[in-house]
Amino acid sequence: MRDMRTPLGKVRGLGSAKDGTEHFWHIRLTAVALVPLSLFVIGWVLSLRGVSVDGVRASLAQPLVALPVALFLVAALFHMRLGMQIIIEDYVHGEGSKVVLLMLNTFFTIAIGVVSLFALLKLSFGG
Amino acid sequence: MSETTATRPAARARPLSPHLTVYRWPITMTMSILHRITGGALYVGTLLIAWWLIAAATSPAHFAFVQWLITSWLGLLVLFGYTFALFLHLLGGIRHFIWDVGAGLDKHTASKLGWATLIGAAILTVAVWVVYFLI
Repeated sequence: MRDMRTPLGKVRGLGSAKDGTEHFWHIRLTAVALVPLSLFVIGWVLSLRGVSVDGVRASLAQPLVALPVALFLVAALFHMRLGMQIIIEDYVHGEGSKVVLLMLNTFFTIAIGVVSLFALLKLSFGG
Repeated sequence: MSETTATRPAARARPLSPHLTVYRWPITMTMSILHRITGGALYVGTLLIAWWLIAAATSPAHFAFVQWLITSWLGLLVLFGYTFALFLHLLGGIRHFIWDVGAGLDKHTASKLGWATLIGAAILTVAVWVVYFLI
């Protein structure tokens, strides 16, 4: 069979979607990380039942609590940005609105991430 | 190529190929849709996580307000739904890992995995809330 691809396209190996398997792979990578991390966070939230701000602060002052929570946030936000990207690409067909929504998706994720991680650092270091 | 008999406007009404409505609704379809819906719900739910964290970092009064809100019956209902969405999406993800390695793709195994995801998520959700109310 005649190969229709250009030499450059063959070298890049990215196909018509322009980003190869990267999106697929990152969804899986973050998903694998999120299995233990989200179970940890569920347990952590349960352990905080009825505590005051001081209780939350004391808990987050422990590195072995704060670090998994931070990792959970980063992995979850990365994962959900990729997931929402698929939903947008599936249902929004206008090129303009699609680009705008994809931008908002990234902005939303980063905003949530910055706010959460700032709060987490402040609580962990007792600001 | 651009105009086939199927796309020509004046084409006679032909029998259409069987579509979604003529099949008995399979569990795999339900779980696929639920996986996407729960993913969307968890996405929006991160607003709650961010709010809870920023409230704790801001002031005890703000934190007390958020705690009061999420432990009201409406708040607990939302959190219950959030827990279920999380477990359904988590187990659904594990189901996808199984498929990713090429296993469990035949019809009957896929259906069993779908039911296992749904029942497993229900059991885990109830377990978490039993723990919540017992501790």
